Amino acid sequence: MFQNKKQIKLGFYGPTNSGKTTLSNRICKDWLGEEIGIASKIPHETRNVTLKDSVVIKHRGKELSFTLVDTPGIATKIDYEEFMKYKMPEQQAKKRAKEATKGVIEAIKWLDEMDCVVVVLDATKNPYSQVNVTIIGNLAARDIPVLIVANKLDLKKASIKKVESAFPQYDVVGMSALEGTNIEEFYESLFRIIRKR
Amino acid sequence: MLTLQFVPYSDIERLDSSARIRKLLNIVKEEKIVLMQGRLRPEEETGLIEKTMESIRNKFTGIEICTIYPEEVSADLFGRLKKEFYKALIGDREGITVIGPATLIKEIRRDPNKIQLFTSVPVRRTSPRRKVVGGRAKAKKKKR
Repeated sequence: MFQNKKQIKLGFYGPTNSGKTTLSNRICKDWLGEEIGIASKIPHETRNVTLKDSVVIKHRGKELSFTLVDTPGIATKIDYEEFMKYKMPEQQAKKRAKEATKGVIEAIKWLDEMDCVVVVLDATKNPYSQVNVTIIGNLAARDIPVLIVANKLDLKKASIKKVESAFPQYDVVGMSALEGTNIEEFYESLFRIIRKR
Repeated sequence: MLTLQFVPYSDIERLDSSARIRKLLNIVKEEKIVLMQGRLRPEEETGLIEKTMESIRNKFTGIEICTIYPEEVSADLFGRLKKEFYKALIGDREGITVIGPATLIKEIRRDPNKIQLFTSVPVRRTSPRRKVVGGRAKAKKKKR
């Protein structure tokens, strides 16, 4: 399927604050020497779909060219008062909330454009959340290959086993995008799911 | 007071996707918790999220949603095909979907077969706890 494609659109999806931008930044830095966006502890830092073209990843003598698509975190609720807990002024918080709602809609609309998707989950949190189930269910319904990343393994509470048992039919890679742990295993799995096509 | 509204599958089976989403979201906007028989299709779930995002205003901050669905027990192909056939024929009535306003529901935790609802507002008792005084109370204590 991808053999004749010049650029594989690789989407990064997941709930808010799971580390999508941190992982996209790591990949971009590895292969382009520059970042794709700003990662932050405040939810909904990424509020627009961001693209990075011609990211050529080499692994074990093979290379593939990707367009990385970093998407805003999918959420079912957005309350501007949550942003104010991070000492954000009310007007700025309201503006951010409005942009965030648009970002979620934009991320969902982009699902149909993807050739392959990395679902980034925070491994310290319960993987059975409906947002996770909805994202993965939608990708399955569209027959888009999925790689699940159980991120934040540098944190004590993280559990890759919980993620694996929640989604037993998918490839799961445990890693820390922040520290770069297991990045080689990530590339290995990415190439494997693309080869399957 | 929390209001739960049951939506049987028969109420939504003849509706198209956008009408289903509208119906469910309208109930949630009335500050009620929906208990729906069955589940939405994946594209309807994302449709519901999109419509929710479009509806977010000052008083409506979104929804909490959770679906419990029975595990796929039948491993053989015939069993699965039979199930798919029934689904196509009568719809996906298995499982239960809970949808509520985020202003009322703080979090829904789901284990594979269990849903826990954490409300944002304290649930008040509708009638005060009865005080039993004097001999009757003592008599009850003795019975225990």
